[in-house]
Amino acid sequence: MAGAGQGSPVAPLLRLDGLGCQRDERWLFRDLTLDLNPGELLQLEGPNGSGKSTLLRVLLGLYPDFTGTLSVAECLYLGHRPGVSAVLTAAENLRWYAALQGVPADVAGALERVGMAGYENVVCQHMSAGQQRRIALARLALGGAPLWLLDEPLTALDTAGQDLVRALVAEHLAAGGAVVCATHQPLGIATARRMVLGAGARAVPAGAEP
Amino acid sequence: MSRPPLPPPSQTGPVGVAGLFAAQLGREWVASLRTLAETLNPLVFLFLAVTLFALGVGGDAEALANQAGAILWVLVLLATLLTLEALFRRDYDDGTLEQLVLLGKPAFVPILAKLAVQWALSGLAMTVLAPAVGMLLFLPAEVLGLTMLTLLAGSPALTLLGAVAAALTVGLRRGGVLLALLALPLFVPTLIFGAGAISLAMAGVDVTGQLYWLLAISVLALTVAPFAVIAALRISLE
Repeated sequence: MAGAGQGSPVAPLLRLDGLGCQRDERWLFRDLTLDLNPGELLQLEGPNGSGKSTLLRVLLGLYPDFTGTLSVAECLYLGHRPGVSAVLTAAENLRWYAALQGVPADVAGALERVGMAGYENVVCQHMSAGQQRRIALARLALGGAPLWLLDEPLTALDTAGQDLVRALVAEHLAAGGAVVCATHQPLGIATARRMVLGAGARAVPAGAEP
Repeated sequence: MSRPPLPPPSQTGPVGVAGLFAAQLGREWVASLRTLAETLNPLVFLFLAVTLFALGVGGDAEALANQAGAILWVLVLLATLLTLEALFRRDYDDGTLEQLVLLGKPAFVPILAKLAVQWALSGLAMTVLAPAVGMLLFLPAEVLGLTMLTLLAGSPALTLLGAVAAALTVGLRRGGVLLALLALPLFVPTLIFGAGAISLAMAGVDVTGQLYWLLAISVLALTVAPFAVIAALRISLE
């Protein structure tokens, strides 16, 4: 994988160069070229099956079958599966994440940030899907990585929860992080850059502001 | 992957490898205790199967004793296989497994911790139970200690090699039979030396060589398996 432009004044957190991915003999996307700088949000759009999740998994290195080059900063991934163990408590889940990411385990602070204060010692299988989703979001509040890759982060959340995601993303951008978000519902952040993936078709060339 | 030189918003130094190991160890231990029924299943299976053998053969203690080492080792193999099916299943389903592979730096440290707990609750537990199980099979009292030794030396290899097969099949909904097909051939050398040592010892032969072989297989598995598990998990998570 190619290195990012180390000499430029602001190094991009994500750099794609001619990225393409085929599945079942059909291009999901191709020739994606993009620099995502600190403070920028990239919104991935497109119908079901257009390759949004696959693109995220390519960025994560979980899907090795792609063409082109990419360089990715240290990232946090929030996928379809929440990444919350049902047999552990909220605090145990978050402490494990803090250890994996090498960040201080401010469990109480992270839970309070996502509106789940007081649930520290509740085993997650006794929580609703939306509450488990909030525990997953608390991971983002723990911090630790400059780039967030979010796959449908608004799923299973109530209106307040969706506002929470927007607030977390806005804070992260303001702090100099970058976010790639695959979503059907716009996050409502005005500065968002958009990339539209079409089923089977060549994606809209990225890199330009909408 | 190269890391652009940007100061991230809340970056601290990398967590110590020991801290990462300890965190995973604690997590696995708590999770195993919360699902105690599941954790104890293989041990119950071992006891039930041995009891059935004892009942099936009837009162012929000598006939059973001659085969006891092999029976015990085969049942330990099968009980280990039962534990492997569940090894990565829950973590795969809830998404923590992909997070572990993505975030663990290096990822083999938490994997090793996970396998250590898995071994403690299967291989080590069966080693502790071995004298009781051996007596049910009319194993002579003088080889009970050796039976424990063979299990102690050989069972780490079962957990470690089996974990590779479990990691390869975790992405399949019904991977049970495939898991057995993949894992059992890997278990064969351990079975041969383990069961062989017990029957040779009953014939009065020195079995130090067999014990060394079991240890060697376990040490080889310890060095290779964690990396093979990660590679296999990456395939399963694709």
